[in-house]
Order: sequence, then structure tokens, then C-alpha cells
Amino acid sequence: MTLQHYLALSAIIFGVGITGVLVRRNLIVMFMSLELMLNAVNINLAAFSKYLHAMSGQVFIVFVMSVAAAEAAVGLALIITLFKNKETINADEVNFFKG
Amino acid sequence: MEQVIFYILAFVAIVSSLFMITRNNPVHSALWMLLTFFAVAGIFVQLDAEFVAAIQVLVYAGAILVLYLFVVMLLNPKSHGFIKVPFRYAIGVVASVIIVFQVLMTLKSSEVIGKLGWVTPQLAQELGNVKMFGKELFTTYLVPFEIASILLLVAMIGAIVLAKKD
Repeated sequence: MTLQHYLALSAIIFGVGITGVLVRRNLIVMFMSLELMLNAVNINLAAFSKYLHAMSGQVFIVFVMSVAAAEAAVGLALIITLFKNKETINADEVNFFKG
Repeated sequence: MEQVIFYILAFVAIVSSLFMITRNNPVHSALWMLLTFFAVAGIFVQLDAEFVAAIQVLVYAGAILVLYLFVVMLLNPKSHGFIKVPFRYAIGVVASVIIVFQVLMTLKSSEVIGKLGWVTPQLAQELGNVKMFGKELFTTYLVPFEIASILLLVAMIGAIVLAKKD
């Protein structure tokens, strides 16, 4: 297996994540697509870590994961607050900042 | 054999992630995301990152996914599927396909070069993944590790502040 195989897989999964964020209107599923993109980045880091004989890639995966966990906690708390106030989690119906 | 396993895992990861973004029910989306996480964990095992694969299953499939399922079942919102405007939908799909295509073309015509690190395959065989991982994490990356713990603490406090009744 060459490095390119892993990078191609990661690119495809990242593209699926982008599609999810762009076409879905459900805030929870949009957040899930974000996790998908972070996972694609993790595959990249692990692949480079193996093929460049370095350990730092795997360490950075752990940092990415902790950021993902923090983001999920805060983001889902925000979604719960939003649902309590507006009774919706549709991204199109949330327009606090529209002038 | 290695190639066969890689292609199976890649197929599972891509197909389940596609299912994840196309299901209308968020619970189904979360379960397909679980399958994607397991496939990615298998990819990590193939890349000699056993410890990261274990963390992937524990943190992503165990903790983050349960958090998502909790919120989905707590809110039980009515289903908001896709963008209603077909034009915007098409633009979204086309844009991401173009991005992926460009990346794949770049990969095809490029070669990866870089300075090789200290983890030779022979040393990896000798020490094992977890030992080298711990060594790197607690020497070179000790300060970022501590900052990550502060980040998690702040996120926890922030989540409590946001979600509590006032």
C-alpha cells in the first residue's frame, strides 16, 4: 500500500463530509459531518506518521480528538439551548444575525 | 492480503459515510457514523497505530457518538432532510466533487518527500507502538498535552453553563 492510497481515501471521506455540511439542514447531522471531516484528517496524519517514520502524527491525532470532543460537547449544548428557545434545529430557520 | 483488507475497510468507510449523510432520520445517521468510525479504526490498525485505533473506538464510538445519540433522542426533532432548493443542493454536491477530484489529481502527479524521523520499522518492532507513543507524548508534546486537558475542562464548564436552566 502506498501513501497515496490512504491520502485518496482520506480525501474522499473529507469530500463526503463537505457534502454533508453543504446539503443537510439538520444541525445535528451537520455536526456529524464535521466529525467525519476530522476523521479524514486523522487518517492523513496517521498515514504520514507511518510513511515518514515519525511519531508526531499519532500524537496530533489525540489532540484532534480532544478538540473534537470539546467541540461536540459545546456544540450540542448550544443546539439544546437553541432548541429550547426557538423550537427548531433547522439551519435555515435560525437567523439571529440577519439584518 | 493487506491490500484486500485495505480495500474492504475503505469501501465500508466510504459507503457508510455516504449513508450517514443521506439518511433522513438522525438516529440512523448516528448508527452509520458508528460503522464509519470502526472502519477508520481498522485503517489505523493497518497504519501501525494500534493505540490510536483503541482511542478511536473508546472516544469516538464510545463517548462522542453516545453524546450525539443522547441529544437526538432528547430533542426528538421533526425531520429536516435536505435543502429544499434543488439548485443549491446541486451546487453543494458539485462543489465537493470538484474539490475531491482536484485533490485526487494532485495526489496522482505528486511524490511525497520529507525528512524521516526516528521511528524506524525495526525500532517499532522492538519497542511497540504504545511505548513510543507515550515517549513522544510526554516528552516533546508535554505542554500541548496539558493545554488539551485545560481545553476539555473549559469545554465541560461551557457545556454546563450553556445547557443549565436559568
